[in-house]
Amino acid sequence: MMKNKIRIASGQGFWGDLQSIPLQQVTKGPVDYLMMDFLAEVTMSIMQKQKKRNPAAGYAKDLIQIMKDLLPHIVEKNIKVITNGGGANPMGCVEEIVKCAHKQGIKGLKIGVVTGDDILDSLDDVLKRGAGFDNMETGQKISDVKEKLISANVYFGARPIVEALKKGAQIVITGRTTDTSLTYAPMIYEFKWVWDDWDKLASGVIAGHILECGGQASGGNFLSDWKSVPDLAHIGFPIAEAYPNGEIVITKHQNTGGMVSVDTVSEQLMYEIGDPTSYITPECVADFTSIKLEQLENDRVRVYGIIGKPATDFYKVSMAYNDGYTATGSLTYSWPDALEKAQKADEILRTRLSDLGLKFEEIKTEFLGVNACHGPLASKQNEINEVVLRIGVRSNHHHDIEAFSKEIAPLILTGPPSVTGFAGGRPKANEVIAYWPALMPKQLVYPKVEITQT
Amino acid sequence: MKIKLIDIAHGRSGDKGDAANVGIIAFDDKGFEIIKKHLTTERVKKHFEGICFGKVERFEMPNIRALNFLLHNTLGGGGTVSLKHDAQGKTLAAALLRMEIEIE
Repeated sequence: MMKNKIRIASGQGFWGDLQSIPLQQVTKGPVDYLMMDFLAEVTMSIMQKQKKRNPAAGYAKDLIQIMKDLLPHIVEKNIKVITNGGGANPMGCVEEIVKCAHKQGIKGLKIGVVTGDDILDSLDDVLKRGAGFDNMETGQKISDVKEKLISANVYFGARPIVEALKKGAQIVITGRTTDTSLTYAPMIYEFKWVWDDWDKLASGVIAGHILECGGQASGGNFLSDWKSVPDLAHIGFPIAEAYPNGEIVITKHQNTGGMVSVDTVSEQLMYEIGDPTSYITPECVADFTSIKLEQLENDRVRVYGIIGKPATDFYKVSMAYNDGYTATGSLTYSWPDALEKAQKADEILRTRLSDLGLKFEEIKTEFLGVNACHGPLASKQNEINEVVLRIGVRSNHHHDIEAFSKEIAPLILTGPPSVTGFAGGRPKANEVIAYWPALMPKQLVYPKVEITQT
Repeated sequence: MKIKLIDIAHGRSGDKGDAANVGIIAFDDKGFEIIKKHLTTERVKKHFEGICFGKVERFEMPNIRALNFLLHNTLGGGGTVSLKHDAQGKTLAAALLRMEIEIE
């Protein structure tokens, strides 16, 4: 029999989020599904690099400890878990989870794994068959960076997740699926929504957008009356209560901190969107200008009235390539003349870098506490108590970056006075991973869904 | 009469590649009329002089009394390329709310 509502809980908003939340979501109140988003734009390339060094790595390692804690609870309560934490190695991730299940004596647990998103090795073939892969933001040709690529992943949507659920999976581990699909796949599966019911699909997508950044929808990073948000230390992550007709109620468990209001949800709706009338996903195009919000009782917001449009013929592809190095150093200068000292130090350092003949594509100086965030908009203060000089450089030459790193600490003894804050050692060179978004026709690539049983 | 944008609106900002998205949400209908009228792309571009080096796009979301701005060429290359402390533009909604507006 079809359920008349399902509750989908957000467990992670990014790779590195609060580790206590997934367990809290499945123990503090009723939920049917737990979704966890681990992947940002450059995350896949970082995981791809880890896999290169160690073929068993390449997924969100945090996920293993989280699953260890979750397993007994989700088995007991029959809660399904969906996550893209498989990253560049969903199979390796599943193998580790299977080991955890065995250790806990859990038998018969079905884990679905979604692969096929990694097209780095088949790129030439896909190019031959007609994919263009021009940079969708700059129009640049793929040939400019093709040899430098370290990852190329298709953003799959809900289809392969729904397939895994239909095959009986209680846990679904994916590679690069869209953040939103982790939330709306269960709705399609449970309510038997059809693939051209655009309005319902769009409702699910919007619920997904609200959940995908975790605590950002329930009082975290809230720019309005942020002081009014209760007990952020014990913040409850958002939960989407979904109904067969596409209506959604955003809420959170009782006895948790944070809050769910029209204002907290509205802020999250605005996060990282472009044209609000065309929020493009693999399964539909959602119209954010159709969303209606209504505050029900405390910590419950109704989301309804949503209109969707047909899906496009393309998948988004996210690629990444190595593009040189950066390093950033900082020093703290105190009163008196804090800012003038920091400015003088910057001048001295730049002269020394130039005397050494180092070449940088860019040198960027910011004064934290003065203008780092708001640049020229920052108000001028006469007497600043302390200023952090932050100086970053970028270059294709690792040597120049290393040489820069050695020039920061000497400023302490050979520059302006009352300076501190160099306990962290020399700045490290970071590899720059440049991002290359592109599109590809959907018929050129298919996800693969497999089921493993413990 | 001069008012501060932060007294009539809130918002959130983030990154889309090298572009920043800045969403501004009015607290009430009257505030939405004010931001619709005063937050033109030209005014926003001028406000972010020295921060935004590309074009400014504006989208209306009357359903939640909001305007979404895309500030192109703003994040120093974006992602791991950027040398900016705020490479993801997370503080730019607050930066726009600093604006003062002259109303009748």
